Amino acid sequence: MSQLVRRVTQMVTYSIVPTLVAIAAALLATAAIVWISGAPVGGFLEAMLSVPGQRDLVIIVNQASMIALSAFAAAICFRMNIFNIGVEGQYIIGACAGAFFAGSGIVPGPLNILATLVVAMLAGMAWAMIAAVLNVTRGVSEVISAIMLNYVALTLAGYLVKTYGSKSGYTFTTGTIPPSSQPLGFGIFSGAPDVWALSILAVIVAVGYSFLLGWTRFGFDLRTAGESRTAALANGINPKKMVLITMAISGAIAGLVWMPSFFGSTHTFGIPEYFQRGLGFTGLAVALLGRNTSLGIFFGATLFAFLSTQSNRLQSVGVGRDVVEITQGVVVLMVVIAFEISRRVKARREQESVARELGATSEGVRA
Amino acid sequence: MQVELRGIAKRFPGVIANHDVDLTIRAGAVHALIGENGAGKSTLMKILYGVQGADDGTIVVDGRERHFSSPTDAIEAGIGMVFQHFMLADNLTVLENIVLGAEKMHGIGEKARGRVREISAEFGFDIDPDVRVAELGVAARQRVEILKVLYRGARLIILDEPTAVLVPQEVEVLFANLRELVASGCSVLFISHKLDEVLQIADDITVMRRGTTVGTADPATATRQQLAELMVGAELPSPELSADTVTDTPVLSLRSISLVDDTGRTLLADLDLTIHRGEIVGIAGVEGNGQTELVEVIMGMRRATEGSIVLAEEDITRLSVRKVRERGVGFIPEDRHRHGVVLDFSLWENRILGHQTTAPAVRGPLLSPGGARRDAERIIDAYDVRTPSVHTTARALSGGNQQKFIVGREMSGDPILLLASHPTRGVDVGAQAAIWDHIRRARQEGLGVLLISADLDELIGLSDRLEVILRGHFTAQLDPREVTAQELGTAMTGGAA
Ligand SMILES: Nc1ncnc2c1ncn2[C@@H]1O[C@H](COP(=O)(O)OP(=O)(O)OP(=O)(O)O)[C@@H](O)[C@H]1O
Ligand SMILES: [Mg+2]
Repeated sequence: MSQLVRRVTQMVTYSIVPTLVAIAAALLATAAIVWISGAPVGGFLEAMLSVPGQRDLVIIVNQASMIALSAFAAAICFRMNIFNIGVEGQYIIGACAGAFFAGSGIVPGPLNILATLVVAMLAGMAWAMIAAVLNVTRGVSEVISAIMLNYVALTLAGYLVKTYGSKSGYTFTTGTIPPSSQPLGFGIFSGAPDVWALSILAVIVAVGYSFLLGWTRFGFDLRTAGESRTAALANGINPKKMVLITMAISGAIAGLVWMPSFFGSTHTFGIPEYFQRGLGFTGLAVALLGRNTSLGIFFGATLFAFLSTQSNRLQSVGVGRDVVEITQGVVVLMVVIAFEISRRVKARREQESVARELGATSEGVRA
Repeated sequence: MQVELRGIAKRFPGVIANHDVDLTIRAGAVHALIGENGAGKSTLMKILYGVQGADDGTIVVDGRERHFSSPTDAIEAGIGMVFQHFMLADNLTVLENIVLGAEKMHGIGEKARGRVREISAEFGFDIDPDVRVAELGVAARQRVEILKVLYRGARLIILDEPTAVLVPQEVEVLFANLRELVASGCSVLFISHKLDEVLQIADDITVMRRGTTVGTADPATATRQQLAELMVGAELPSPELSADTVTDTPVLSLRSISLVDDTGRTLLADLDLTIHRGEIVGIAGVEGNGQTELVEVIMGMRRATEGSIVLAEEDITRLSVRKVRERGVGFIPEDRHRHGVVLDFSLWENRILGHQTTAPAVRGPLLSPGGARRDAERIIDAYDVRTPSVHTTARALSGGNQQKFIVGREMSGDPILLLASHPTRGVDVGAQAAIWDHIRRARQEGLGVLLISADLDELIGLSDRLEVILRGHFTAQLDPREVTAQELGTAMTGGAA
């Protein structure tokens, strides 16, 4: 029991406090910029710190689920020490393929949802494999190829929709999901819209992610290869194979990123109106912020979603809403710094406590 | 230059690495620091070089108290260090490696080249500034590291286990270099677990135990036995084989193994070798003559260009590392940091490494943290690994203790074959005896061992049979019961045995 209390206190002192400090610092930094630019600081802080209404809460949960999915796609690659900046392109392709498939209604009823998820994952995976195979066979940096593939994905999706979709207003879109395949959301507040049904995907992926990395042999191999390619090689792990598999998993998760929105509200796909871009990059930042852990990623995704949603109020107080992107960027930086400081403080305290415990005796080695 | 350390203390989580350390390094002397694994030697040197800050105590250089917050400060004060793991960039030339970060001293051009030549000549280093480091052997790289600190004006040179990677002839050369250095007024502080060498080269000896300096010895009068007792309070071990346990059942047979690299260079040439159950076969050779490649080929880390490998009647020539390990091959790699451990994993996670498919570390496709922890604890006990717990990261262990853990891990699960590269590199005399005992006991139960070592006493004392390897060829077969270290050394460098 006291063990539990100790772990909770440790978590509060070394994880939660530094995070809160980092967030406060990021808000203050943004406030300073708002002030320098001559806009009303008071209004900015008031808008950002106000309590979100029911409607906004729902939006925050919905957005957070997509950001978290994207962050998990990035995080699994980070653990393998590869930088999958291509999540953006992978989820565009996943979304596009999934939308075409769902709209076609080949599979009837609720099964269509499951089948679409599979299609989206496979498409995201296939797109990720391009960068992975280039890396493994030709030594092309996965960062460079993925950046280019992001542009190609966007163009390709646009082209496909224009060619095979139908015109709706000013944009082209894919066919709409048949009503029988549209899942019901979670009605949490009676006056507000539902939380998207497929936001549950974020929870499922989180559980799978933690389990895979922490408890399976495969996860161990992945972390080993991420820490040291040479040690991996000498101990029966093929780093190239691990790159391929990790990228495949990452791409599959990326394929899911937009699915909550697709099934929850959009029901069709078309750039730019019926799609939300940029989640891939947000995911990278959130993975960093969350230090590649499930809990951290959920926290980071919620924070980012919160900041974006709150920023909608900024217009009314005369501040550009893009200013929250500064807050988001600074938060990531600050968290990195705050955790480094807290790590040092922790090490120092531990050393002091060792010194106290052993102070009188001079038995050093087996403390 | 005289350097004094007074009352130095350093604490890590769960460990007091140094306390009340007092040490005086005289000008123009070779000062040896000895002590068992985890005694705190490397930590002390890192403090002196400014890599780590001391929690307590003072450093006095030529009567002036100094504070080093980084190696730059230490170099400023004339103190330089060569780490056990060299820090040279392979793709750069010697000159480039040396001037890197010291461009202000003599630029990067002719003047710098001249200065490097000058130092090299002065101390008999025999180093060409324009050759690429990748082309140099271990001993030459070490000289480059020493040159590097001398170039920066070091007057005290710290060497952490410099002889662990050298064969006897190279040790002689190094010692001659060190003699030149002290003759010119420099001081040398060096760590070694090889007591003969310590007695041979040192002017002063300080012994550390459990984090503190416990005494000094006079190399003129002290014996190895006395030093060993001061260090660990134990008898000196001798690597002598007990009864002959060699059977005629082969565990490993190599048939005409050849390896040619991408550039067409022959690394292994038509090697035939059989190791039987209960047999230890020693491979003697100067580092870089194909030992590394031989082991990598057997392990499946590299594919042989020609030939076949048979392990207990099964052809394993084309098997992956994992499959080879699953067939019961233990592997003690020569470079523990690159291949033996993941430094930032805890010890229990490192217990799993290399054994990801065998109990008790895993259960089916899942890890078994409980099993791994218990077995890591068993290793810690059986091999006397000094660590606060199984949750400590490998990085926090002293070099010798990392090595002991790796040996313990590779001996678990009753392997049928052990590929041991320098199994006791960096471990103290007490632990060395313990490791030898473990290997002998396993041999009695039928373990076959391929032993590679730079320590000729270990090779002669432990092996049932010796093969000499030179430029990828087996050039001689020797009987360890008859050969002397001298003869073996000659055979290794290509002279007549
Ligand atoms: N970074 C670290 N974090 C925690 N503990 C450490 C760290 N570095 C060293 N230690 C501990 O300090 C003690 C002394 O280690 P040190 O490396 O100085 O030993 P050593 O005398 O050099 O031993 P060896 O002969 O094995 O190299 C050991 O118990 C080691 O586990
Ligand atoms: Mg050491």
